[in-house]
Amino acid sequence: MKQVFHSVTLDSEKCKGCTNCIKRCPNEAIRVRDGKAKIIKERCIDCGECIKVCPYHAKKAITDDFDRIFAFKYKVALVAPSLYVQFKDKPDVNAILTGILDIGFDDVFEVARAAELVTTATKKLMAEGALQKPVISSACPAIMRLIKVRFPNLIPNIVPLLAPIELAAWLAKEKAIIKTGLNPNDIGIFFITPCAAKVTCAYAPIGIESSLVDGSISMKDMYLRLLPVVKRIDNPKKLATAGLDGIGWAKNGGESSAMGSERHIAVDGIWNVIKVFEELEDEMLDDIDFVEASACVGGCVGGPLTVENSFVAKTRIPKVLENTELSPSPYRWSDVVNEAVKWKTPIEFAPVMKLDDDMSVAMQKLEELEEIAARLPKLDCGSCGAPSCHALAEDIVRGFAVETDCVFKLRERVRRLAMEMVDLEGTSFGQGRKKRKQ
Amino acid sequence: MSQKISLHYDIDGKDFSIAGEASSSVKKVLKQLGVSPEIIRKVAISMYEAEINTVIHAGGGAADVEITPDRIHVMFSDRGPGIADVALAMKEGFSTAPEYAREMGFGAGMGLANIKNNVDEVKIRSALGEGTTVEITVLI
Repeated sequence: MKQVFHSVTLDSEKCKGCTNCIKRCPNEAIRVRDGKAKIIKERCIDCGECIKVCPYHAKKAITDDFDRIFAFKYKVALVAPSLYVQFKDKPDVNAILTGILDIGFDDVFEVARAAELVTTATKKLMAEGALQKPVISSACPAIMRLIKVRFPNLIPNIVPLLAPIELAAWLAKEKAIIKTGLNPNDIGIFFITPCAAKVTCAYAPIGIESSLVDGSISMKDMYLRLLPVVKRIDNPKKLATAGLDGIGWAKNGGESSAMGSERHIAVDGIWNVIKVFEELEDEMLDDIDFVEASACVGGCVGGPLTVENSFVAKTRIPKVLENTELSPSPYRWSDVVNEAVKWKTPIEFAPVMKLDDDMSVAMQKLEELEEIAARLPKLDCGSCGAPSCHALAEDIVRGFAVETDCVFKLRERVRRLAMEMVDLEGTSFGQGRKKRKQ
Repeated sequence: MSQKISLHYDIDGKDFSIAGEASSSVKKVLKQLGVSPEIIRKVAISMYEAEINTVIHAGGGAADVEITPDRIHVMFSDRGPGIADVALAMKEGFSTAPEYAREMGFGAGMGLANIKNNVDEVKIRSALGEGTTVEITVLI
């Protein structure tokens, strides 16, 4: 399947054409062309690094407008646990969930509860010895796309289970159909998202053909709507059911804790994840059973669409649980859930770094690439619009750039042309002046 | 076919932290060439093992990589102490790694055996006092 939609996009008006995002993109997926950043869609994994680094806020995550929920007769909010820890004064899950109902939703579903079910299913598969170790969590969609385009040898290590959001969408939809008797198309499932990567999932999901999520609303947007409402709630409905194993998923390390394995690592920040994956690919790390990898520093609490400082948000996880009266969950792990949570379509390697389909042409291009790279100044200044001199060389052989896009090469060329003009005149400037003096 | 890509890497001795750099850049090149993931896996694992060996036992050396449309050939060469008994060194569990390397988790005696299991051909030439060359070939 070709991925056409990306949540991460550019606001051309605000873009100054600077080099911040091209340098920070872990997949070398951005170039500045004609003074504006351009995202190479095949390479973008929606990690949101460019959104975080852009000083002009020209990179943004496309989310759905809140009012879109009203297009559906029955509206369900899928609430990520990272939302709970955005609130400073009253981190009570029941109050937050009640607030969501007050602003227009008909029902809420805790993604944290689905996360607990995913953990149960993962433990079961691990106990059966059905997974290739080290097992890599499938929770972060940006990490899944990173593996898809760059680490094909790690695909067999991914837990072949849906991320909690997709399981939550399925459970919420089933529940709503039974409860309301409505046509499934009249039931709208909306995710309150901390990041761009999860918005993209609604259009290009992982592990299934099409997502049951109808739209994604930015956590920032929801926070602003909820803040005044939640403050006024004195008698919240008893809606919260997820415990620490589920809510813990809001931060990196939470899923590992829920797994209960001692031989696990929790890696956060896309650059750290890439480093660990390189080592996993070389089989350098052989004493690990489980790898939890999050693209954002801190995990989902560090997502580009969150409000609160992620370091503060993390510390609120235990506080939230202290403040919340939990009810027993009606959703239990069952054989039906166990089947529903399994991947229906596997991840397929997308070789986006390939220079050509024909290996012998690719070899020619690579040789040419190395020759060009050797001529470039190796300053990696970014003025050409590519993140490094090597990336410019690659763009040149791919036919997207020319050598004089490099300012240093251009200066050399101009100097040479100037010399040629002088030669054409038949005399140099210096000598000419001397003549006139005589 | 005469088409060939040659790459040269110097392997710094005693520095474990950068061992694996040659393997990493070769992986990147192979992905650009569209070589299949399975072949990349074999090359990455065997190159990394050989790099570590060059660092631990020989205090560094060099890796020369040749890629042709039908094979990947890497020659690791060093001027280290050499291997006394190549056949013995190839055995799983045999190791002469120094204590400091073992403390870091290396030297389990699986290196050469692991290389052998992942490549189509491995040739080791060594003489005491004259260094070692390890040539590995992975067919595409």
